[in-house]
Amino acid sequence: MPLITCRDLAIGYESHAILEHIHFAVDPGDYLCVVGENGSGKSTLMRTMLGLQRPLAGAIEFGDDLRQNEIGYLPQQTAIQRDFPATVREIVLSGCQARLGRRAFYSRSDRALADANLARMGMAGFAGRCYRELSGGQQQRVLLARALCATGKLILLDEPVSGLDPKVTAEMYALIDGLNVDGVTIIMISHDIDAAVRRASHILHIGGEVFFGTVDAYRQSPQGRRFMEEVST
Amino acid sequence: MIETFLQYWQFPFVRYALAVGTLIALCSSLLGVTLVLKRFSFIGDGLSHVAFGATAIAGVLRIGGDMLFVMPVTVLCAILLLRTGRGAKVKGDAAVAMVSVGALAIGYLLLNLFSSSTNLSGDVCATLFGSTSILTLQQSEVWLCAGLSVAVVALFILFYNRLFAVTFDEDFARAVGTGVERYNLLIAVVVAVIIVLAMNLVGSLLISALIIFPALSAMRLFRSFKGVTICSAALSVACALAGMLIAIVGGTPVGSTIVAVDIAAFIVCAAIEHFRK
Repeated sequence: MPLITCRDLAIGYESHAILEHIHFAVDPGDYLCVVGENGSGKSTLMRTMLGLQRPLAGAIEFGDDLRQNEIGYLPQQTAIQRDFPATVREIVLSGCQARLGRRAFYSRSDRALADANLARMGMAGFAGRCYRELSGGQQQRVLLARALCATGKLILLDEPVSGLDPKVTAEMYALIDGLNVDGVTIIMISHDIDAAVRRASHILHIGGEVFFGTVDAYRQSPQGRRFMEEVST
Repeated sequence: MIETFLQYWQFPFVRYALAVGTLIALCSSLLGVTLVLKRFSFIGDGLSHVAFGATAIAGVLRIGGDMLFVMPVTVLCAILLLRTGRGAKVKGDAAVAMVSVGALAIGYLLLNLFSSSTNLSGDVCATLFGSTSILTLQQSEVWLCAGLSVAVVALFILFYNRLFAVTFDEDFARAVGTGVERYNLLIAVVVAVIIVLAMNLVGSLLISALIIFPALSAMRLFRSFKGVTICSAALSVACALAGMLIAIVGGTPVGSTIVAVDIAAFIVCAAIEHFRK
């Protein structure tokens, strides 16, 4: 049973649709990359899947015991966050906020989960460090650890490597691959079509003609060929 | 100097003023961190002008115990301003500017037209700069201030983790099911309450200073959210106490003396940050 099924989805702001007739399904363990030009609606799609804005038409169904608030989210960083006075532990712990329920404070098991996820991202020694003093790649790892505190099932990543240098980008991709191997379903927005085709199991290409299918099918499709040619030239 | 102070200490209104001033300073600093980080500092300023307008109306209508009238009006405006952030014709900061100067103008106009006082400019000055109102509080107002302050601190501690989450990343909080709108509303209401309380201490024009200076100073020194919050509260209380003592002994206006001490503290903190690097 798919984790997420989008049926005839239309997304956009107010009544202006950016994209219509989107169909796709994500099964447990999939690695889906969402590609498309700037402004094609990739971020809007992600915000709609997260429930941050309503779909204009169609439906997003959650299956296999997944609730909408059980999606881990790695957003693009805002200016406020880069300058935020907080320790790494405080930020990762905030990934446990849905586990608070009616409690006011985090429990010992919440703290243990936060520490475990920090260690999983190779950041165990950084818990007491100040977030704004970390490098871009380290900050992304912290935010990824926070997303993992929210869920172990599905993670949505919005341009996780934008602004990172090639070495750190490779490390970030390796971490994400590792999560996928551990059974975490990945949905990633990416500019980096090369990396997407090499790593993902499925591709959703939006903007113009919508394509959804496996990576192999994408390589054969007209959209895939055109897009990959554009990128390689 | 100590003698002068002991002499003043015998008056109950001085003791009330110090107690209430300390509590107000504590409350106002708590949300400062969130407001500064959420880029909401201007809302505090706008609301303080609303509170001035409401005070003027209360004065004209001769409503006794005007805090009971000013408080709901300011809270209502806070909620409205927050709502206009989404989908309104006039956006965010423009709406705040509009409401704040509007309230200021109407307030002064009403005072001029209908005031029965013989010393109009003195009244206006007192409301804007809070010259002596902290020293003239009724006992019932002291208790109201104390009760509300305790409520603000309790709310802040109870919702500390959620406020942090909403301040750091609204989208993430919303995605994992935290009721971000609810907490923004809570922030707005609490800020409105704090502003009405703080009007007694520093007057409506200077309230923003009480809210943002301790937070900005603490952010120079500390690197964790908890550290910044605690330092901000401690600084705010210390500056308010020092300011009030100086004002009482030296006969300077209470509000502006406190703000001057806050500014001095900020300069010291900024200097420490500078020399650490």
